[in-house]
Amino acid sequence: MTNETIRSIVEVMRSTSRTNDRFSLSVATPWRAPVLRAALGIGLYAAAFGASFGAVSVGAGLSVTQTMVLSLVLFSGASQFAFVGVATAGGSPWAAVPAALLLGVRNAFYGVGLAQTLQPRGLRRLVTAHFVIDETTAMALGQESPRAKRYAFWATGLILFTLWQVGSLTGALVGTAVDPADFGLDAAAPAVFLALLWPSLRSAESRWVGLCGAGLAVALIPHVPAGVPVIAAAAVALVAGLRPTSTSTPRKETS
Amino acid sequence: MTPLWIALIVSALGSYLLKLAGISLPESVLNHPRVQKVASLLPVAMLSALVLVELCDGGGRYVLDWRTLAGVGAAVVALLLRRGLLLVFVVAIGTTALLRLLT
Repeated sequence: MTNETIRSIVEVMRSTSRTNDRFSLSVATPWRAPVLRAALGIGLYAAAFGASFGAVSVGAGLSVTQTMVLSLVLFSGASQFAFVGVATAGGSPWAAVPAALLLGVRNAFYGVGLAQTLQPRGLRRLVTAHFVIDETTAMALGQESPRAKRYAFWATGLILFTLWQVGSLTGALVGTAVDPADFGLDAAAPAVFLALLWPSLRSAESRWVGLCGAGLAVALIPHVPAGVPVIAAAAVALVAGLRPTSTSTPRKETS
Repeated sequence: MTPLWIALIVSALGSYLLKLAGISLPESVLNHPRVQKVASLLPVAMLSALVLVELCDGGGRYVLDWRTLAGVGAAVVALLLRRGLLLVFVVAIGTTALLRLLT
């Protein structure tokens, strides 16, 4: 890890430990407190989903160790649920590999955008990569300055990673199959991602790109394997970003 | 080592390598204006897609639960009232949980 990474982590920890000092904190960096609150909110939701993953995984027949290796190393909620679902469905466990990886491809695309703001180099890149997921990407996207983006990425990544592990282990050990839907948690992911997208939708071009991406993904749902609809939305960003007249009045994309 | 363990480790490492691949594009590529433009639009397109896929994908077919929709609808109202993420989150799950309890 380089100094920059350590500095980001220290910043996160320092602001976590000084919650009473919010006033002086908010004068220097007004974006910090709301980002941290949002990251904690996402962390709580991750803990609940982690618990449900742990319970589902052990319930389906994986050991507690296998469950925790998935949460610690694979660390990507949708891929983990897909792996467990397919691996324990009765066929060969090998069928679970493409299912999990297909849902992980979108993280590669997220990384392209994050590489510009985070500019990870050397060993730092290896650590940063592990935290490139939906939530950290969305939180970084929601901030204005590069500093705020970096802070949001690391705060969300570290808090979410910790609580995801705590949740997974609890769920795996306790194993009580609490249905997340009973707590309305199925509304959490779309609501949270929409909230994080909200500020970026101010420009007409982004609105069109978002709308076309979402439309294309929804249209593909019945026709392609899980994971592909979201990856396909990347094509809309490609077309919009590469077309010749991308400077003046944005028009509707035909993808 | 059982096949399950091997499949599990391959998936975990493969997932990490996918994450690493994205942030490892060389700077010469990333500094290209067209690439920057695409990179800034990628999360917008993909997260928008994710919102709707989360809402209506019931395993390869369309499944819509009106209580989930109502929760996300309430979240949109909170967003229009310029509320923070935590409140949006609470409003969404609170609305859905309450409707599910009542129906």
